[in-house]
Amino acid sequence: MKFEPVIGLEVHAQLATNSKIFCGCSTQFGAEPNTQTCPVCLGLPGVLPVLNEKVVEYAVRMGLAVNCEIREKSILARKNYFYPDLPKGYQISQYEEPICEHGRVDIQLENGEMKRIRLTRIHIEEDAGKSIHDEAFVGKNESLVDVNRCGTPLIEIVSEPDMHSPQEAYQYLTKIRQMVRWLGICDGNMEEGSLRCDANISLRPEGTTGLGVKTELKNMNTFRGVEKALAYEIERQNEVLQSGGEIVQQTLLWDEAAETAHSMRSKEEAHDYRYFPDPDLLPVIVEKEWKQSIADSLPELPDVRRTRWLSNYDIPVYDVDLLNSDKGLSDYTDKLFGVVNDSKTAANWVMGDVLRFINDQKIEIHDCKATPDDLAKIIQLVEKDLISRSSGKKVFEEVAHHGLDPKKAVEKLGLAQVSDSGALDQYIEDVIQNHSDEVEKYLSGKDKVFGFLMGQVMQASKGKANPGMVNQLLRKRLEELKS
Amino acid sequence: MAKISDQDVEKIAQLAKLKITESEKESYRSHLEEIVSYVEKLNELDTDDVDPTFSVQQRKQVLRPDETKPSLPREDALKNAPSQANGFFRVPKIISQDRGES
Ligand SMILES: [Zn+2]
Repeated sequence: MKFEPVIGLEVHAQLATNSKIFCGCSTQFGAEPNTQTCPVCLGLPGVLPVLNEKVVEYAVRMGLAVNCEIREKSILARKNYFYPDLPKGYQISQYEEPICEHGRVDIQLENGEMKRIRLTRIHIEEDAGKSIHDEAFVGKNESLVDVNRCGTPLIEIVSEPDMHSPQEAYQYLTKIRQMVRWLGICDGNMEEGSLRCDANISLRPEGTTGLGVKTELKNMNTFRGVEKALAYEIERQNEVLQSGGEIVQQTLLWDEAAETAHSMRSKEEAHDYRYFPDPDLLPVIVEKEWKQSIADSLPELPDVRRTRWLSNYDIPVYDVDLLNSDKGLSDYTDKLFGVVNDSKTAANWVMGDVLRFINDQKIEIHDCKATPDDLAKIIQLVEKDLISRSSGKKVFEEVAHHGLDPKKAVEKLGLAQVSDSGALDQYIEDVIQNHSDEVEKYLSGKDKVFGFLMGQVMQASKGKANPGMVNQLLRKRLEELKS
Repeated sequence: MAKISDQDVEKIAQLAKLKITESEKESYRSHLEEIVSYVEKLNELDTDDVDPTFSVQQRKQVLRPDETKPSLPREDALKNAPSQANGFFRVPKIISQDRGES
């Protein structure tokens, strides 16, 4: 029997706020352990949490961007469980009435088709601290706890089980990452844990619509890890079902190094989190005016821009998706498209010279000193034959480093293309004098020698001669010698 | 009168990570039964047309601007910890199996 995988993802995104969700402690990554704590996030008795308004704004931003309904009144609830990195004994989250519900995103499949993935909900919650067991300095029967991360704001984005292959899950995750980065609400860094992903997966006979027994996969720390872990689990479940076995509902921990998943010891009983509304916190109210002002502040979204580029500019889909993958890059390119004649040439410049520059320098696009206007000027200098394409590259790097005007950079580097026929004639005469043997060969009919002579003229001009004009003038001069 | 079984008491104790003796079990069972019965009085009210009360406070929502404030010095944060090491809280080893969802 053939089985179809059914996959739903839960993605946690750390919100890029300065302070924590319920207190003023910094959320900066990488601080010394337990240096970013206070009575609120340490869970000391008698303290009161106060909700960070940016957390609500960011959650609504994401909700609107993925077509969710935004609840005017949502509830913060306590999720009760004991774990040492959760000092209060409960996590403040949302349960029955989350802030965003019923959204959707479109992902692109490998065959180029779009597929819609429904979102069940997006809710806000606080992160827990970090427990350390495995480091060399931790004793055998102890764990060490760092509370810094405790109270860092998160949104949890829960999808419907609409994905049917590891590739679709990968594309979905890529899309969520693109969205949170595009909206500026999360840096999307999976390795540092700003984006985390758990997966629910089950198999069902192909052609049926029910849901089989599912397992939950955790601890996948990279995008490829998610894809590999899902492929592994699909294969495992398939083998069990093909041999007549039954899937046991359980949580599996992905071991990235060994590329295998281990079962967490099956729980003695299912968790009972006893959610209830947090009496320390009032309902979260997002009035129409606030919602509208957040909606008005949304940037043009990636899908909208993609469609606009494809209909307004003559650029291949591949280029569009590459240039649109990151908001900074996309904004840069969009400005450039606005001021150039030939968008494909402009796209090539960004995908080549610009990307190479920012990757080599390990900088963000907004730190590149060559603005889209500067680049448009450079492209124009090349179009008008005032500099060669290869000189254009040097000019771009000069401008990108030092931020000077492209024309000044051309002067500074001495790269102005020589199109003055008097100056070119002089190079040509010199080459003809110095290479009389080759000239003889040419005159006796060996046309191939022309390329050599042409190269000599270009070299004499240190590459600055306008190749088209050299070609013309040299050919003309040689023909004169024939007669 | 609400009925609380021995199993209910055991489950509650387990969730609260409490160890209770057999004799305590009966005492807790009857106490819990009394408490729940008392609260059950509320069921006599007709609340069909009343919105659920999520907060007893009648205030408008209070939000905090996203501004950082100085945190506690680490010595103070760790001061009441029964055990600490290298700037961390030190606790008995907990294996991730017991971990709740986050
Ligand atoms: Zn704090």
